[in-house]
Amino acid sequence: MLFGLCAVAGVIVVLTLVDVVYQLASNGSEAINRFGLGFLIHTAWKPGFNTEGAGALIYGTAFSSLIALVLAAPLGIAIGLYLSMMAPRRVRAVVGPLVEMLAAVPSIIYGFWGLVVLVPFVDHLEPGLHSALGFIPLFGQPTTTGISLLSAGIVLAVMVLPIISALSRDLFLTVPRELKEGAEALGATRWEVIRGIVLPSTASGVGAAVVLGLGRALGEAIAVSFVIGDVSAIHGSVFQPASTAAERIANQFQGPVNALHLSAMFYVGLVLVAIGMLTSIAARMIAGRFDVQRTIGTIY
Amino acid sequence: MTAASETLLGTARPFDPTAPLSASGNLRRRAVVDRVVQFVSSTAAVCAVAVLVIVVYGVLVRGAAALNLGFVFENPTGLDTGGIANALLGTLEIVAIGAVIALPLGVLTGLYLTEFAGARSQTGRVLTLALDMMQGLPTIVVGLFVYGLLVIPMKRETGVAGAIALAIVMLPLMARASQEVLLLVPGTLREAADALGVARWRAVLTVILPSAMGGIVTGAILAIARAAGETAPLLICDSIYNYNATSLNPFRGVPNVPMLIYTSYDLPLPQAVVRAWGAALVLMIFILLANIGARVLLARSRAKMGP
Repeated sequence: MLFGLCAVAGVIVVLTLVDVVYQLASNGSEAINRFGLGFLIHTAWKPGFNTEGAGALIYGTAFSSLIALVLAAPLGIAIGLYLSMMAPRRVRAVVGPLVEMLAAVPSIIYGFWGLVVLVPFVDHLEPGLHSALGFIPLFGQPTTTGISLLSAGIVLAVMVLPIISALSRDLFLTVPRELKEGAEALGATRWEVIRGIVLPSTASGVGAAVVLGLGRALGEAIAVSFVIGDVSAIHGSVFQPASTAAERIANQFQGPVNALHLSAMFYVGLVLVAIGMLTSIAARMIAGRFDVQRTIGTIY
Repeated sequence: MTAASETLLGTARPFDPTAPLSASGNLRRRAVVDRVVQFVSSTAAVCAVAVLVIVVYGVLVRGAAALNLGFVFENPTGLDTGGIANALLGTLEIVAIGAVIALPLGVLTGLYLTEFAGARSQTGRVLTLALDMMQGLPTIVVGLFVYGLLVIPMKRETGVAGAIALAIVMLPLMARASQEVLLLVPGTLREAADALGVARWRAVLTVILPSAMGGIVTGAILAIARAAGETAPLLICDSIYNYNATSLNPFRGVPNVPMLIYTSYDLPLPQAVVRAWGAALVLMIFILLANIGARVLLARSRAKMGP
């Protein structure tokens, strides 16, 4: 009886997942039939002219998430190291939960905060970054608003940071004490213990943690929609506005121009599901013996 | 001294009793690198806490201007005046419906994984993968799914559609949390129940679930706190409703706090933006308190259960 109930619950989980793909594909069928796989490459998004392509969206999604990871991965791993190996017990008991609290703040608040606090700050930052690093095409001419890929990347970095730091902390805590103490007994400094013992033995798990963070950044809609500008364009500079797949749906879903426009957004959703499932599977494959996905459930 | 020891000593530096007692050369370099790494790591932690403080402070300062008793207990009287009581009640209702769906399903899924599917079973592995993927679904996609599933057939955006979308967000979190805590229940309890000839379902209900209750409640609080702030699914499934009235019929649009914040911010009314900050503050206080409460509860139940 109880077994039956439990089995039914499991079946519901699997069926829901299958139905997600079905609903997106059937509601997006008009766009799928019309645009085919070229949808993934074409960059024009002109609903009034019955032309929709997700190329610029995919570019913006990848670019903003990459910025987020470049900022959050080193920082998160450093925090994980600090919390697991350096912080005194009392500091750890306070700072650890505070960092995880970053994951509890809802995305709408990050979006709102990003628009009102972060975007003006980035606007101030841009001229300085351009004059110092302008020789790299990434830091092109500043815009006048601060609404940009960089702002989106920073907001995403804040959202991803607690995931990477909490997961890597838990991974570092699993390294056997004998190994660390053995290295210390041989005269290794703490950094040498980290570089020689801790990081190599948890590398795959840390990689998976970063991929899980990436998955979260790729699918974030609301927070990004406030700060990126929803512009379908491909720019090399991080100071330019852009758009991401999830953010485009959030921005335009309420006022579709016609049935094709609506169906194109379902197609974008299907692309997002594919990306999300791929990152889940990739994290699982990279993680190897570490069960990082089980840990993440307790964080958000 | 023998010749051998003389050559050995000859390669070492001569002993200088006046030299300072600090590392030099390679040893010094290693110590410096170590210091730098420790400094960088602790700075990173400070940065993360600082970001949290900046975000919370930013919402607090801007939201406090809107906050008073009327703001929480009265309905709006216009787009930029009055309270947000209808949105608070609506969010409460949607999240409650979602929790009623997701929490039992989540606990049952967790039970299936720990009590009925063996560690090596194929079905267990498929289910775990499905849970991972469900958790990896972008929440906006969950909204699209429920839009296709319910909103299009019912021809209107409804509170129940939003609630089901939130249930899909909560379900994998709940399943994971239950699985996690059920794995911590000592195997000896199960064996003792088996030895007494207790049926598995009775052992689960009377022995295993009660001893895991603390962790399950913690997971439920965290899942509810997450769902309460989720905006993307509601934007798609429950965004069309009467902004100024209390309407709790779940088969119509139900007012909710995330949508109130989302729509108020781009109204050309300064007071509407202040109200949005006020609503954001109320939402954030609830979520942070729920998180702190869940942590305290978890620490207590861990202490009771042992390592």
